[in-house]
Amino acid sequence: MIEITGLKLKNPTMLAAGVMGTTGASLLRMTNAGAGAVVTKSIGLEPKSGHSNPSMIDLGYGFINAMGLPNPSYPDFTDEIESVKKNTDTPVIASIFGGDAADFVKVAEGLIDSNPDAFELNVSCPHAQGYGASIGGDACAVEDVTSAVCDVVDIPVWVKLTPNVTDIVTIGQAAQRAGAEAIVAINTVKAMAIDIHSGYPVLGNRFGGLSGKAVKPVALKCVYDLYSALEIPIIGVGGISTWEDAVEMIMAGASAVQIGSAVYDDINVFSNIADGIDEFMNEKGYKNSAQIVGLAHRRN
Amino acid sequence: MYPINVKITEIVHESPSTRTFFFDKELKDAQPGQFVMVWIRGVDEIPMTLSYKNAITVQNVGDATEKLFELNEEDELGIRGPFGKGYTLPEKDEKILIVAGGVGTASIALLAEYAKEKGSYVTSINGARNADELLFVDRFAECGELNMTTDDGSAHRQGFVTEILSEIDKSEFDKIYSCGPEMMMKAVFNILEKADVIDRTEFSLHRYFKCAIGVCGACCMDSDGLRVCKDGPVFNGMQLVGSEFGLHMRGPSGNKKTF
Repeated sequence: MIEITGLKLKNPTMLAAGVMGTTGASLLRMTNAGAGAVVTKSIGLEPKSGHSNPSMIDLGYGFINAMGLPNPSYPDFTDEIESVKKNTDTPVIASIFGGDAADFVKVAEGLIDSNPDAFELNVSCPHAQGYGASIGGDACAVEDVTSAVCDVVDIPVWVKLTPNVTDIVTIGQAAQRAGAEAIVAINTVKAMAIDIHSGYPVLGNRFGGLSGKAVKPVALKCVYDLYSALEIPIIGVGGISTWEDAVEMIMAGASAVQIGSAVYDDINVFSNIADGIDEFMNEKGYKNSAQIVGLAHRRN
Repeated sequence: MYPINVKITEIVHESPSTRTFFFDKELKDAQPGQFVMVWIRGVDEIPMTLSYKNAITVQNVGDATEKLFELNEEDELGIRGPFGKGYTLPEKDEKILIVAGGVGTASIALLAEYAKEKGSYVTSINGARNADELLFVDRFAECGELNMTTDDGSAHRQGFVTEILSEIDKSEFDKIYSCGPEMMMKAVFNILEKADVIDRTEFSLHRYFKCAIGVCGACCMDSDGLRVCKDGPVFNGMQLVGSEFGLHMRGPSGNKKTF
């Protein structure tokens, strides 16, 4: 059991936003697969179909995707959140996005009655123009959006950051100043693939974001740097597919981890990783994961 | 994997609404019922079940298929796959029943041929709107007993596949497979459930796919969250009991659409 921003998780693994999170049924399936918490698909003001396909490609060493924030809009998503909440005690975090602070506030207010346990602000999607990283690359915009949402809700607000910036720490500090209770890092790394037979970029959106094994070292460094500079907890995400990856992320400074692309190999990745962390801690004689959060910083 | 590049070697007009596109490459590992993602470059990428190891049979139903129909021999496509879970293959001497409708007939033809080659006994009930839209009559006739219906009675028996299905003894079959429009399959499902044979049935489902590799969750069904692209597209009838099958599906934005 761990506690993060007041949420009680049976283990430190969470389902990351954008993966298996479009319906209540799939979120519930992930809780049954062992996730300590689940984050929904990012929800916005209006229904969006997303980019045309191909929208995700397996590269072997990682995945590139450009979904384009497909979502049914907040009025049509409250039922999905309610259906998970009704069937599990596992915390449900609503990921939300918008073009500006007013959008974020409207979506947060629209979803609050479905009783999510926290909000995760998506200011980091790298391939939806005007949304996501368009805000997340600008410390002032992040501060503005975060404080606007924190002002109107009384549940924890987490902010998910993009690594596609010069200095992620500045952005994290802006979110912390504005009242964020946790930082989630990282979203995908800008990337593309080109079909050499035709010259066409493979993704329907031409470019997208890299996830999976290839981004783990990038995520580790971001989490490491954020841990050095921030007071609030960091939730590490990016390329975690084994318990060793999760422990590494925790030692970099993450209080909990999120897992996305790795459901590709096995839906039960959550319980597998949670069990692996437990065994590791027992073997090493650690009493709880808090003892190893940021351990790398104490090894000089 | 990046999409592999295939050249269209032949285009066969199967019916007024349906064409088969043959490729210069075979997907040798593909199991009957698995699908590929067909990339029409610059337009879209759509899921299609293989009708031959080196071909897809497409009904012109939307923007992407419209563009596909504008292509000619020698033009090229990108293909990813095969993906998903196909049909449970029949064994030698097993009796199997195939109930197929419309363009669904094309996607189950490889199964009928596999079964024949393996030494299973194949009975098929194939339906179409009219005589012109009946697909692969020769391929199915060569595999075993073939019954056919048309909605308008322009060929064979007038009516639906479910009428023939209702009349035959379902219990004599070891495996029963169905592919076609969802409301047809739902009617087939109801008859087979009543006949108490649902545990030996398999249905091939269609949903809107985004990632097609079991990650994004766009094609998850209520209420178990099964992914049509990875846990399916072929499901045992038992998996569909109490599900959204025949009731609703989700569109590209994740919004519910009732059938």
